Amino acid sequence: MSNLMTGAAMVFRTLEDQGVRHIFGYPGGAVLPIYDELKNHKKIKHILVRHEQGAGHAAEGYARSSGKPGVLLVTSGPGATNTVTALTDAYMDSVPIVCLTGQVPTHLIGTDAFQECDTTGITRPCTKHNWLVKDIKELSLILHKAFDVAMTGRPGPVLVDIPKDIQFQKGRYVRPKKIINKSTKNNIEINGKDNDIKAVATLIKKSFKPILYTGGGVINSGLAATRLLRELVSLTGFPITSTLQGLGAFPGNNPQFLGMLGMHGTYEANNAMHDCDLMINIGARFDDRITGKIDDFSPRSKKVHIDIDPSSINKNVAVDLAVIGDVKIVLGKLVSLLKQNGSDFANSNRQKITAWWNEIENWRKKNSLSFVNSGKIIKPQFAVQRLYELTKAQDTFITTEVGQHQMWAAQHYKFDKPNRWMTSGGLGTMGFGLPAAIGVQVANPEKLVIDIAGEASVLMTMQEMSTAVQYELPIKIFILNNRYMGMVRQWQELLHEKNYSESYIAALPDFVKLAEAYGCVGIRANKPEELDRKIEQMLSINGPVIFDCVVDKAENCYPMILSGKPHNQMLLGKKEDKVSNKGKILV
Amino acid sequence: MVKSAYSFATKKEKIEKHIFIVWVDNEAGVLARVVGLFSGRGYNIDSLAVAEVDRSNNISRITISTSGTPKVLQQIKLQLGKLVPVHKVADFPQNKKTLMREMALLKVVSSRSHLEKAKKLCKKHKYAIIDRTGKSYVFEVSASKNEIDNLIKKLQPLGLASASRTGVVAMTKGSEIYKQY
Repeated sequence: MSNLMTGAAMVFRTLEDQGVRHIFGYPGGAVLPIYDELKNHKKIKHILVRHEQGAGHAAEGYARSSGKPGVLLVTSGPGATNTVTALTDAYMDSVPIVCLTGQVPTHLIGTDAFQECDTTGITRPCTKHNWLVKDIKELSLILHKAFDVAMTGRPGPVLVDIPKDIQFQKGRYVRPKKIINKSTKNNIEINGKDNDIKAVATLIKKSFKPILYTGGGVINSGLAATRLLRELVSLTGFPITSTLQGLGAFPGNNPQFLGMLGMHGTYEANNAMHDCDLMINIGARFDDRITGKIDDFSPRSKKVHIDIDPSSINKNVAVDLAVIGDVKIVLGKLVSLLKQNGSDFANSNRQKITAWWNEIENWRKKNSLSFVNSGKIIKPQFAVQRLYELTKAQDTFITTEVGQHQMWAAQHYKFDKPNRWMTSGGLGTMGFGLPAAIGVQVANPEKLVIDIAGEASVLMTMQEMSTAVQYELPIKIFILNNRYMGMVRQWQELLHEKNYSESYIAALPDFVKLAEAYGCVGIRANKPEELDRKIEQMLSINGPVIFDCVVDKAENCYPMILSGKPHNQMLLGKKEDKVSNKGKILV
Repeated sequence: MVKSAYSFATKKEKIEKHIFIVWVDNEAGVLARVVGLFSGRGYNIDSLAVAEVDRSNNISRITISTSGTPKVLQQIKLQLGKLVPVHKVADFPQNKKTLMREMALLKVVSSRSHLEKAKKLCKKHKYAIIDRTGKSYVFEVSASKNEIDNLIKKLQPLGLASASRTGVVAMTKGSEIYKQY
């Protein structure tokens, strides 16, 4: 029987049939049979990480930059529990990753065996679905179904827990022809109801103060969705703003783009959200960092929500019209419907919203992302701007850690393509960026990959530099080093009477020497005038680099909406902005 | 004073009672997924009843009695619908349109006169005495949740020694059956 093979071989056969080329992992007792089998599968390259969390974030970076699922393979017990942060991160940001974990042999499950833990129990709330394989007959079906669940509908992480005895057992490999799952079962939910889409078109035609508010769902829907979004924006003449995760779906330097919205979004984007009469949410989820005070959120607008996940509708903000469907399909129908209105639609529509654009241009004049530059010390915003200017000619992929540097990167680095911006938005995982950059580089070997990092975040997963060196992945770690957990420091300054409790890191490693210790190159920039030269030096090195950019310790990230405040009450970073006592409670 | 919170809830909304019927694959861990969803997202469970109802298709029916604002109730239904082993979710308001029953086993240990009084109280409902000795009765009572609540309250002074309840099960009235979504 040609199809009879061990569980371990079945794992690889499934990966091959799913088109997987890379897996990130770390061996251990309960996955040894699978690691033993690795040598027989030359098509699949294994990337050995230094910590299982790193494998998870690398798989996320791989998935987000390639549109393909990221796969990780770890052992039981601590191997599995170390992936929990990455799985939760992927769950929050809808990233398709497949986590394969070893488990103690079936007869030992429940006996507190060595390196046993209830993996499916622990990961149940942070995966779309998970499986404990108890019978070799089910293994190949479950593995294929896992890929299907991860990739369909709203994408997300899945986990398959495979006991060691199942890895040894022999069974027949079956590749299901078609997997019936929820999304295929409810086809209507993916296509968007035609009547709903017609209603959207009607609202578009009636609107005088419209705004498109787009999110990561557009990027998850694929390149066709971003193409259609661009068509919709040019056809309607509408202003467009994006969430953190949606950056790149629409070109960042297009005049119709108002920049990012939300807590650290631009003045024009947030005011337009507040004052609009029609809001079309495409693939975003009304997150609390976006909406600010819910009761005062965009009080006079009709709200349309296009989303593939029915549970996203009315979760945080009640909407007037919901279209359940895949962004590319819904936008495809909407664009062709609008085009049927005749060739003069775009022009007549532009006239109607001229006054609205004038208002927006007035908000724009505030130049809310501006900052006071310095000739003596590197301002972090300036560093991101210079990095952008010096890399924009190349197809550059940016990952980040979490904090001030992440917001400055989102504000000052302009993206014109999707899948070029990988950041931990929902969970806000410090330590995401470095391993994610590894995954991005593995998926895009010839491309420039930069992790815009903070010195505090990057230390959380710094050991993965060793992985980058081992696989000659030329990632660039661009650290905006202010010696503080900058965002914590900023909140303490604004909201806790400058009591900088535990947010200063008194003993940091010398990042240049650290780079050398890992066997890569370290560069330090202290002064604004040397920044360009040093960045160019970094870009000229064909290998991993840690760039220690020493920046202003006290710089704050503006504009800022304190949560509990509505969109039209922003702090712009001027000295006269004082925070009320009430505001302090609500961040 | 709390220095820092995400935000405070500002509106008080009306709490409604609902019953959700969830048809699921009868597989390991499925109940944990459903119950974990409720605890993880802060929804209430007032009672829970679950058993296999279709052996050939391996389907179990879970009946969850819950309460929440209309927004929360809508979220419960949609979040349940996302779980992979869930086939369909029905949302019944707890009103006259919904048939609701709960079964209880009630053991009363007492004097003969108290046992007779207890029997009299149980007679107001659909009941049976399924075990009897000289000093104890075990009643099987099927009624609404409120009726059983009240019955238990009245039986306590009469020597109620043990009470076991199934939780509410529910069904629509008439010839209609609940279709997918």
